[in-house]
Amino acid sequence: MSLKDKLISSYMAYEDSLDQEHLIHDIRSAAIKNFENTGFPTRKHEAWKYTPLDKMLKADYTVFPKKSNTLEYKNVKQYFLHDVDTYKVVFVDGVYSSFLSETTHEGIDVCLLSSALSKDKYRPVIEAYFNKAAETDSITSLNTAFAKEGAYIFIPAHKEVEKPIEIINFATGSEAALMIQPRNLIVVGENAHVQIIERHQSLAEHPILTNSVTEIFAEKRAYIDYYKVQNDVETASLIDSTYIKQERDSNCRVHTFSFGGKLIRNNLNFYQQGQHCDSTLKGVTIIEKKQHVDHSTLVHHQSPNCESHQDYKGIYDDSAVGVFNGKVMVDKIAQKIDAFQQNNNILISDKATINAKPQLEIFADDVKCSHGCTIGQLDEDALFYLRSRGIGKKEANALLMYAFANNVLESVKIPELKNRINGLIADKIGVQLGFDL
Amino acid sequence: MLQIENLHASVEDKDILKGIDLQIGAGEVHAIMGPNGSGKSTLASVIAGNEDYEMTEGNLLLEGEDISELDPEERAHHGVFLSFQYPVEIPGVSVTNFVKTAINETRKAQGMEEMPAAEMLKKIREKAALLEIDRKFLSRSLNEGFSGGEKKRNEIFQMAMLEPKLAILDETDSGLDIDALRIVANGVNKLRSENNAVLVITHYQRLLDYIVPDKVHVLMDGKIVKSGDKDLALKLEEKGYDWIKEEVKTA
Ligand SMILES: Nc1ncnc2c1ncn2[C@@H]1O[C@H](COP(=O)(O)OP(=O)(O)OP(=O)(O)O)[C@@H](O)[C@H]1O
Ligand SMILES: [Mg+2]
Repeated sequence: MSLKDKLISSYMAYEDSLDQEHLIHDIRSAAIKNFENTGFPTRKHEAWKYTPLDKMLKADYTVFPKKSNTLEYKNVKQYFLHDVDTYKVVFVDGVYSSFLSETTHEGIDVCLLSSALSKDKYRPVIEAYFNKAAETDSITSLNTAFAKEGAYIFIPAHKEVEKPIEIINFATGSEAALMIQPRNLIVVGENAHVQIIERHQSLAEHPILTNSVTEIFAEKRAYIDYYKVQNDVETASLIDSTYIKQERDSNCRVHTFSFGGKLIRNNLNFYQQGQHCDSTLKGVTIIEKKQHVDHSTLVHHQSPNCESHQDYKGIYDDSAVGVFNGKVMVDKIAQKIDAFQQNNNILISDKATINAKPQLEIFADDVKCSHGCTIGQLDEDALFYLRSRGIGKKEANALLMYAFANNVLESVKIPELKNRINGLIADKIGVQLGFDL
Repeated sequence: MLQIENLHASVEDKDILKGIDLQIGAGEVHAIMGPNGSGKSTLASVIAGNEDYEMTEGNLLLEGEDISELDPEERAHHGVFLSFQYPVEIPGVSVTNFVKTAINETRKAQGMEEMPAAEMLKKIREKAALLEIDRKFLSRSLNEGFSGGEKKRNEIFQMAMLEPKLAILDETDSGLDIDALRIVANGVNKLRSENNAVLVITHYQRLLDYIVPDKVHVLMDGKIVKSGDKDLALKLEEKGYDWIKEEVKTA
């Protein structure tokens, strides 16, 4: 049975267990029909031309794990930002782990989507926001149909959340192959501030397919920093779709660090619905072997006087494949837009490839749009300069890679996270240097 | 200190150095002058181990040890330092972090512990003061957006930090204003001792007023065609290279 058929029959069984009167039931039904009609995207779809899913879809994934698994904190501590106090919403094989989590309802809600879906007091929020940003493409629809568990974060107006919030999905490998579909809903009220870190981590080398969807709503003057740390094992694949709706004067920044995993597809979508929005999309990708990382971004400027900044850096070794699909749309009414897009790539090996395609659809006439893309090798002259000062070849290479990625790291606001990312890069490059940048 | 015998080198199969002989003793300063394109920077690159250049013949010894097969970093660990004619800009790496890394990597290679942070800081302050470099300057990205003169001064700052045995200064004077020239030359002189040597590549006598050479060599078309004392530099300044070309022709 194909994965598609398996998912559809699983859905039918799952539907029997659901409250058919629930306010999102119609959304679910529509979503599964959507998926049934379109199926998984293939390379024939323009947006998936460089990212074939077929091999990955062949594994016999379990959709609902039979038993729930527990993890001991000490064994997974390294995946948390353990040197700072944080809120935590943690799932193990798709099931909420109250033991590893630290949720709150004091002044803000940091909890589970499943409880938000089932309790009346959250009904107005669910009604107003759930599935109001997500698109209806087949992958997102699939997640919507199965939407059951994930993080629910609601920050009321004027609240500055001091502690970062960590959303972590662990996969234990207790199933031969597992598919997980987390669904996060994040609403940040007027003038509220929040920092969120999202991570998907497998603890065993089993095929894992995560189809994650996150909806984020930034109300007026909201300020959001969102960090995605993608450093999974070589058997784990991730399709991550994030939809961000911004109201006026809001500021949202998403940093994506892609260092590990088998195949990663990031669909990162911004919709600027009010004036003076600021959107930042930054990423560092460092991959090797046969790893594949695809960044498909969309910034839809729907209002005047807004800005967007995209800055993606990639370093590809061995037969690694990178894709950068950066789409910027500017509606006719969206005058005085400043849209910046930069994508720089270094190919370490001549077998590595990068497919970069900026797409600009501009219907307003008074806009500033710039985009640049470079593909190159590490600068030989710079390498000799460093080596002539006594820095070994490997270290000099590493130093240049750090330097290359540095301006993306610069804007990481949580110092401990920045150190952690620096550490991951050092591990990835295989050197430890006694410097910080 | 440095012993070069019959050194030939080529780049992309093009012969550039065609048999160089040069001996520099400990405590000495030698100057190399010569027309554009004669091979001065190539010689500096070959000594420092730039892999773009192939040494096809000859010997290259530092303190009696053959360094011709060593990687650039290994040569640096042996005490070779090249002040680049065109220092490379490296955005994202600060001067301070770069210098710290260079010193500690060299110490590691020599089997020493990393330099304690306080000692490092003291040394950085001391050498920055010697070269009259502003502290703010040291936190900037290496050479990025530096003026020509700032780049050269920064090269000599690195030299002061690394305390090499053999310093090769490739046109360090070009781009320096008159005051900076004096400061940089003074910095170089402070580092001179009986245990190290300096090879100065320059087009102008001016620098040699400050860093007085024991010997001056003229490089033309990949060969040293004339050597003399510091007066040779004065003569070149006055008369140019034509008379040497004539001498070479008639010889
Ligand atoms: N990487 C290279 N590839 C090709 N040719 C080179 C390369 N490096 C040097 N050359 C050539 O070798 C010759 C010597 O160059 P070099 O830079 O050593 O001259 P120089 O004496 O330092 O000149 P200047 O006084 O202008 O600095 C020149 O003809 C130059 O074009
Ligand atoms: Mg030169």
